[in-house]
This record gives sequence, structure tokens and C-alpha cells, in this order.
Amino acid sequence: MASTPAVNTKSSYWQSLVTDWGADREVFKLSWGKLMMWIFLLSDTFIFSVFLIGYMNVRMSATDSWPLTSEVFALHVGGADIPLLLIAIMTFILITSSGTMAMAVNCAYQRNKAATFKLMIATAILGASFVGMQAFEWSKLILDEGVRPWANPMGAAQFGSAFFMITGFHGMHVSIGVIYLTVVAIKVLRGHYDEKGFQIVEITGLYWHFVDLVWVFIFAFFYLW
Amino acid sequence: MTHIAIADQTAHLHHPKTFIGKYIWSQDHKVIAIQYSVTAIFVGLIALLLSVLMRLQLGFPGQFNFITPDAYLQFVTMHGMIMVIYLLTALLLGGFGNYLIPLMVGTRDMVFPYLNMLSYWFYLVSVIVLMSSFFVTGGPTGAGWTLYPPQSILAGTPGAGSGIVLMLLSLAIFIVAFTMGGLNYVTTIFQARTRGMTLMRMPLTIWGILTATILGLLAFPALLVSAIMMLFDATLGTSFFMPAIVSLGEPLNHEGGSPILFQHLFWFFGHPEVYIVALPAFGMVSDVLSVHARKNIFGYRMMVWAIVIIGGLSFIVWAHHMYVSGMNPYFGFFFATTTLIIAVPTAIKVYNWVLTLWKGNIHLTVPMLFAIGFIFTFTHGGLSGLFLGNVVVDLPLSDTFFVVAHFHMVMGVSPIMVLFAALYHWFPLVSGKQLHTGLGKLHFWGTFLGTYAIYLPMHYLGFLGVPRRYYALGDTSFIPESAHVLNEDITIAAIIVALFQLVFVANVIWTLRSGPRSVRNPWGVASLEWHTPDVPPVHGNWGDALPTVHRWAYDYSVPGAKQDFIPQHVAEEDVEYEAGGRRSGEGE
Repeated sequence: MASTPAVNTKSSYWQSLVTDWGADREVFKLSWGKLMMWIFLLSDTFIFSVFLIGYMNVRMSATDSWPLTSEVFALHVGGADIPLLLIAIMTFILITSSGTMAMAVNCAYQRNKAATFKLMIATAILGASFVGMQAFEWSKLILDEGVRPWANPMGAAQFGSAFFMITGFHGMHVSIGVIYLTVVAIKVLRGHYDEKGFQIVEITGLYWHFVDLVWVFIFAFFYLW
Repeated sequence: MTHIAIADQTAHLHHPKTFIGKYIWSQDHKVIAIQYSVTAIFVGLIALLLSVLMRLQLGFPGQFNFITPDAYLQFVTMHGMIMVIYLLTALLLGGFGNYLIPLMVGTRDMVFPYLNMLSYWFYLVSVIVLMSSFFVTGGPTGAGWTLYPPQSILAGTPGAGSGIVLMLLSLAIFIVAFTMGGLNYVTTIFQARTRGMTLMRMPLTIWGILTATILGLLAFPALLVSAIMMLFDATLGTSFFMPAIVSLGEPLNHEGGSPILFQHLFWFFGHPEVYIVALPAFGMVSDVLSVHARKNIFGYRMMVWAIVIIGGLSFIVWAHHMYVSGMNPYFGFFFATTTLIIAVPTAIKVYNWVLTLWKGNIHLTVPMLFAIGFIFTFTHGGLSGLFLGNVVVDLPLSDTFFVVAHFHMVMGVSPIMVLFAALYHWFPLVSGKQLHTGLGKLHFWGTFLGTYAIYLPMHYLGFLGVPRRYYALGDTSFIPESAHVLNEDITIAAIIVALFQLVFVANVIWTLRSGPRSVRNPWGVASLEWHTPDVPPVHGNWGDALPTVHRWAYDYSVPGAKQDFIPQHVAEEDVEYEAGGRRSGEGE
């Protein structure tokens, strides 16, 4: 009915929006697994947000001074301290792994199993090397600098607490992601998804990109601030 | 469509053959629901016992030697935590959510049955971890269910050693369990509905469960993170929540933490938690009222929007639990305003429930009695909530028995009234047998009148200024003798109410053992769950073909129709009308 009076436009807009959204059997044009991953990631976003908000809060409430992150996280290379060098490399590696993951998803939809496998394993290796560098960073802080979760010779104890808790929780996510990627990659190669379709690669990718994105925020709020 | 609609295919259903596959490691949502319910009701009975012990001390201080101050605080804490998390959340979402979602929206099972099974087993582990704290040195934590640091992890608080650690671990495991279940519920409701089951045709039960689950998925993270941080404070000696403290002249090894941070995180979870419990109850009570009044729910669309709006608002009211913690007055103003705004959609719901009864053909069955009882208790609890939402009224009343009475009426008694309504209402569907009506009515009147006998005087105690959680009042000058008498009366009422719950337990056991078989769909319900080929429904729910939905869930007493309800899956051309009767259109 083209001659609907203009007065009604607003309510009919909202009503038709609701009707369109609710009328189908499926609210989102997504598969079950993909939607579930999205909802899980939304929930996980809240977990990391609360971690970061908690960190910012104790940084405010801490009575001792907060250490200078550019000094704490500097690497001594070639006779000079280069601030945030290791973190820069780690961030670069993780973001590169998002690139290989995206390529893997593309190959999966082209049903190129060998290339998908290789790219997913490459992603997993990049992820594993990220965790390895994190382990190096942790051991440097613990052994050389004497930082503990409960104490920190350089200032506020909360620096160590928040650092180990947040990077630990994120590192756990990366490690789980590495296992997840490896399992899916092997299943892809074995032809497990030939009939079901290769959407699982994209779902794995969603998780992986999320873990990368979280790292960007941790990097910004913990290391750069 | 990028995927195959597996909802329509029976081939994918894996029917278990062995007893263990069918009933223990079951992936059938109905079995999982019963597992959840039985576990939740079992721990609920333990929490009930704890509340009686706690009341014995308050009513008759000094008469029971085994209730030491430590034990009393432990009873209070465990009673609260078990009731809120392990009974109400688990029974409403894990129990009723699991049972009703696939049946009401017309699917064969949850979208990921294996994950659903894991959800129950994680829940069971969390319960076992929690219960094990009764048997460790120092006993369970006695920090109060809010677990406020610094006192919750400092020596002097009962259970400050292993009790609090087990409590936090148990909560973390529960959250994992809830997440696995919750992802399933949301995805099932969004993506796996049967043909014709649009969102605006779903029973309100499903709307309540859906919104509550989304709240849970977004609110439990705050509890998880605060539990992890406090776990580190307690075990590793970090200072997230611990300021510098001098204890017995000795400075403790903490400084620079923020106890208020925990309160914010806890209540960012804690307030939505109120609605995680309340919204499924709102939904279920709407359905029970409509069925037993033989009348469609009044204002279905408004009811749906009210549920969604309450869910949204529940995330921006949390600091009204913290008026006495100290905050910028402008924040108090903000949180008082949002708190009072939430009363608007809630009041819409109450009016609509009452208007559903108006000119209805009310059958005072046991579920209906409990549902009407809910309207009373919820209105009372809600009205005292309006008082407490205001900063100036809350300040003197906070931490008194007025608050205890308020939240027990609004989120203790009220959801439990709905749970009983739901148990009596859906029992014939689950077991094929109907609970005994006489015993049910006895149970209702004992519970309903008894809760008033407990909680009405408590409001008065709160006005007198009697503080909550105190072990004994002693000879406090501002508390008159009558308060002590009142406390005795409340305790006696509490014991009577607790005994009345045994009537329910006896009723369930007797009915399961030797009760008569119920007729199919004894209440004449229109929504899908009562129209499976087999009652009780078997694995796969729908036999060969999924039902097709043609109408909303509330076609009761349609003018001109022969039957006083029209099931959701009956097409308009199949409805029998009386000769000359008026034909009606779609329910909406």
C-alpha cells in the first residue's frame, strides 16, 4: 500500500523491523556453530574487558609508583636498550598469523585442503612462537628483574599481579587456539569435512582473530600506557 | 543457506542403547534437565536446612551449643550462595530451560547435545567442590554470600583458608558449566525453531529464558574475573582487592588494592543475576496464569518488550547495592534513577498478569494457586524495592532485616513460588503422572501463609534497626524486647514452612511410586510441549516430522471454537467451530 499516511511511518518501520527479524525460523543467517562462536566471543569480550578495567582500577589505587613500561619491557640489543622491542615482534607475529588464518579460510572455501592445512599449521606455529616469546618475557621478568605476582622491586606490586594475570589469561587463549587450529587442520587434511563443508575453518578463524584483537587492546592498555 | 537444516533430519539423532548412555551420560535434553533439577533440588534442601539452623540461632540465641558464631556465619553464607546460584539459576535455566526450550520451540534437541551434557557434568563438579568445603579444615567460608574482601580472605573470618578457595573455584566451574549450557539455549532459540514458530509466537517462558541466558552470558564474566582475582589474593598473596591492613598490631603483606573494585565487579554480576532468576520465572508464571485462567495472556507484545527492557536496564543499576560503600552523589542519583525506571516495565508485567486473570475462567488448581501467590509476594517484594532504590531511604535501612525481607520476598520466595507452580504444572508432562492435588494445596497454603509469617515481621525488625547477619543481638539498648519475641516467632514460622516443603517431597515420591497415570495434557495447554506424539516425550521429541506452528501459544477460549483451547500446531482450516459460531482470525 503505497498510500499509507505519513503519520504511521515510524511505528510501521519498527513493527516491520521486528516482524522481519522475528518471522523467520532463524534470526541470523548463520550456521549454529558460527552463531555459537560469535555469542561465546561476545561473552569472552566481557571477560577481557573486566580484566582490563580491573587492571586500570588497581593501577589507580596502587600506592607505589607504576613502573615505566618502556624501560621494563626493553631489550638490550647491540649495546643499547630498545624499548618494547620484544613486544613489537610478538605483536607483529600475532597479526601476521591473522593474515595466514584469513588465507586459510579462503583456501578452505575453495576446497583446497593441502593449502588450508599448510596455512593453518603456519598460523599455529606463529601462535606457538608467540607463546614461546611470552614465556621468554615471563622468565626474564621473574628471573632477571625479580618481579612476582605478589611483589615487584620496581614499584607497585599490582604491576606484576596484573601483568601475569592478564598476559597469562591471554596466553592461555593463544595456547588453546594453537591446539584448536592443529586439530582442525589435521581433520581438514584427513577429509573429515569433505561432506559437512569447511565452515569450521572460518569458525576457528573467528576465534583466532578475536584472540589477536584482544592482544591489540592489551598491548595498548598495558604496554603503551 | 550455507548449512543443512539438521533440525529436519532424524538420521542425525544418535539413539543410545545402554542404560548408561540413556540416563547417565545422556545427551537428551530432557534427561539432562532432570539431572539438573534433581541435583539443584537436592542442594536446595541442604540450603533450606542451613536456613533453619540459622533461624534457630536468631530465634533462640545461646540455646544450641553446636551453633557457634563461626558456624552461624557459615550457614548464612552457604545458604545464600547455594540458593541463588546452585538452586535458582541451575533449576530455572539448567532444569526448566533444558526441558522446555526444545519442546516449546519445536526442535528435536538442543543444537549441541554433547556440550549440553558437559554443562551438567561441570555443574555437578561445581556442586561437589562447593559441598567438599564442609569437610575441610576451617569449614566453608563464612564471609556472607557477597564475599566482600578484605574480610573474606583474612584470618578471623571462618573458612578464610580453604573454604573461600573452594567457593571461588566452585563458582568458576559453575560459570564454565553455565556458559556451555547458555550458548546452547541462545543458539537453539535463535536458530532452530520449527516452521511457523516466529519469535513473536514463542511462549513467554522462552522469552524469559532467552533474555536471562543472555544476561548470564554477559554478567557471569564479571564474577569469573573477580573470583580469579580474589583467588590470587588468597593463594598467591597479590593485592587486587587488598588495601594496606594492620591486623592485631601486625601490618599484613598487602597494600594498594581496591576493595570497592570487587564490590563493583560483584554487583555488575549480582544485579543481572537477580533478573537471571526473575525473568524465567516471569515467563513461566505468565504461561501458567494464562493456561489456568483459560484466557490469552494480556498484552503479549508488551510482556515481551518488558522482559527485554528489564534485561537491558539490569546492567546499569548495579551500584544501588553499594550506596553505603560510598560513592560520588551524582552516581547515587544516576543509579537511583535507573533503579526506579526498571519498576516501569516490571509494573507493566504485574498489571498484565492481573488483567490476564480479569474475566478469565479461573481454575484454582495447584499451579494456579502458586502463580497467584507469586503475584502477591512479588508485588510486596517489588514495592519495598522501590523504597530501597532511593539513596536516602536505603542508607538507614541498608544491612538491616528490611533488606533481608525485601530480597527474600522478591527474589527468594517469588521465584520459588513460580518454581513450584512450574513443577506442579509440568510434572504430568515429565513423568506422565499428576501430583496429588490435596497435598499440593496443603503445600501451597503452608508455604504461602508461612512466608508471610516469616517476612512481614522482618520488615518491622528492619525499621527497628536490627542489623542482618549478627550472631546475637544481646542487650542492645535500641532494640526492644518485642524484637526478640518477634525473632522467636519468625523462627517458629520458618521451621513450619520448612516442614511444609517435606509435604512436597513426599508428594513427589508417592506420586512417582504409586500415583495414577495422568491423562494426556490434563490442563488443556495450547503450547507445543504438550503435543508430542508420546507423553512423556521420547528421545527426538517429535516422531517422524517436526510440527508446523500456525498460531501463538495463547489461543484459549477462542469465541466460537468447540474446544476451549487451540493447540499451536493446528491450522486455521482444521479448527472446529460451533455451528453459527464466530470465526476468529490469528491470535495476534
